[in-house]
Amino acid sequence: MFGQFDFGVITRNLPYLIKVGMMFTLELTALVIVLGIVFGTLLAMMRLSSIRVLSAFATAYINLMRSVPLVLVIFWFYFLVPYIGAWIIRSPTPVRVGAFLSSVITYSMFEAAYYAEIMRAGIQSIPRGQVWAGYALGLNYWQSMARIVLPQAFRNMVPILLTQTIVMFQDTSLVYVLSITDFLGAASKIAERDGRYVELYIFAAVVYFVICVIISVLVRRLQRRIAVIR
Amino acid sequence: MAMIEIKDVSKWYGSFQVLTDCTTSVEKGEVIVVCGPSGSGKSTLIKTVNALEPVQKGDIFVDGVKVNDPKTNLPKLRARVGMVFQHFELFPHLTVRQNLSLAQTLVLGRAQREADERGLRYLDRVGLASHKDKFPGQLSGGQQQRVAIARALSMDPICMLFDEPTSALDPEMINEVLEVMQQLATEGMTMMVVTHEMGFANRVANRVIFMDAGHIVEDAPKAEFFGKPRSERAQQFLAKILHH
Ligand SMILES: Nc1ncnc2c1ncn2[C@@H]1O[C@H](COP(=O)(O)OP(=O)(O)OP(=O)(O)O)[C@@H](O)[C@H]1O
Ligand SMILES: [Mg+2]
Repeated sequence: MFGQFDFGVITRNLPYLIKVGMMFTLELTALVIVLGIVFGTLLAMMRLSSIRVLSAFATAYINLMRSVPLVLVIFWFYFLVPYIGAWIIRSPTPVRVGAFLSSVITYSMFEAAYYAEIMRAGIQSIPRGQVWAGYALGLNYWQSMARIVLPQAFRNMVPILLTQTIVMFQDTSLVYVLSITDFLGAASKIAERDGRYVELYIFAAVVYFVICVIISVLVRRLQRRIAVIR
Repeated sequence: MAMIEIKDVSKWYGSFQVLTDCTTSVEKGEVIVVCGPSGSGKSTLIKTVNALEPVQKGDIFVDGVKVNDPKTNLPKLRARVGMVFQHFELFPHLTVRQNLSLAQTLVLGRAQREADERGLRYLDRVGLASHKDKFPGQLSGGQQQRVAIARALSMDPICMLFDEPTSALDPEMINEVLEVMQQLATEGMTMMVVTHEMGFANRVANRVIFMDAGHIVEDAPKAEFFGKPRSERAQQFLAKILHH
């Protein structure tokens, strides 16, 4: 029954699919993991802070981001970032940031809200005595956070961070609304051009699946390496 | 000048008063034991000494430095006051060696090498030199508590606070920790120890403080306290704890 399909279309266009499409997707994902977790951790610390304005700001930010659809956020930032950039560098005209940078900023800001809630739970899972022990040794807030609380919180939260990251990896495909050529975008373009929808969408699904499995395996290996011995 | 001076200290959790006008002091080289029923405020009192718990009224001085003064550099002060906790509070993601050196490098600015050397010297003193590359989770409770003591000593503290250091331990491990503490007292360390180990108090303490419901009810030289406590509550407490 696969007689009328031509899977050769995939091999013929592999360089484009991988070098252009997949590179964009993987680079975006990698940067958003790092920036999202860093920014999310800061948000979590702010949300748990005893300084009112900080926790109010973080709470509002997290709730806002978590209650609007990602597509909407993508549009917002796509149109807003050039103006914010202009405002920051005091330029009279909107700054062109490019599709990639715009996507990195958008997804980092969005995912940070989700990572923040995960890291907040992680921070709260560390017994108070650990913080006391750090303070009693003379560590300040930042030192005890960086050396005692966060390393343990991160370890505790690795499985949930992984789940969130896999969701995010799949959600990067939504950049298609900005006509950006990520992996799925590249596959769509070829599908349309050559009229080979089934082949390319099956291929895309398989690739997403395989990459998710690889990420899971790598994270599980990492988790075993950094596991706390109890 | 006393090493630790607690003057008229009161503390509230919301509307609940945990400490009421507590006054006492610990001279240099002195060992005082704090005892009293559960919930009487012993942990809270000892945590006010290095400002892990803030107080709403009164003053606390350590080596002449006012602890509850907003201008006081707390990390600097705390680095000079060793503290040992009921549940050890070793950092589980770090090896024993890293537990010993972390604050030395971060707070005292010692080079890693120097910090390791000093940490290992104290580890050796508590008899655990061969465990330096293990993680806390691989040690028994008694061993973890001895590492915690070595960790505090590595900072060259001017005094040591202990909050029920043996009450989370299996009975057979209590002595190995008490021995380390007794040795420390013999060497002249100033110590404030919350404990129900009356044998230790009898051997090592200069003075015993008895607390009840946030008050310091009794503050007497050891012989006096064990001879004939003045308050009825302390008598009952002693009777219960010595004859169980
Ligand atoms: N963070 C807190 N918020 C409110 N109440 C608290 C808090 N911490 C302690 N308390 C209360 O303060 C009182 C004194 O507590 P504390 O831990 O100092 O007692 P303790 O004498 O050390 O008792 P134990 O022998 O059980 O360790 C208790 O009634 C306790 O419930
Ligand atoms: Mg207590």
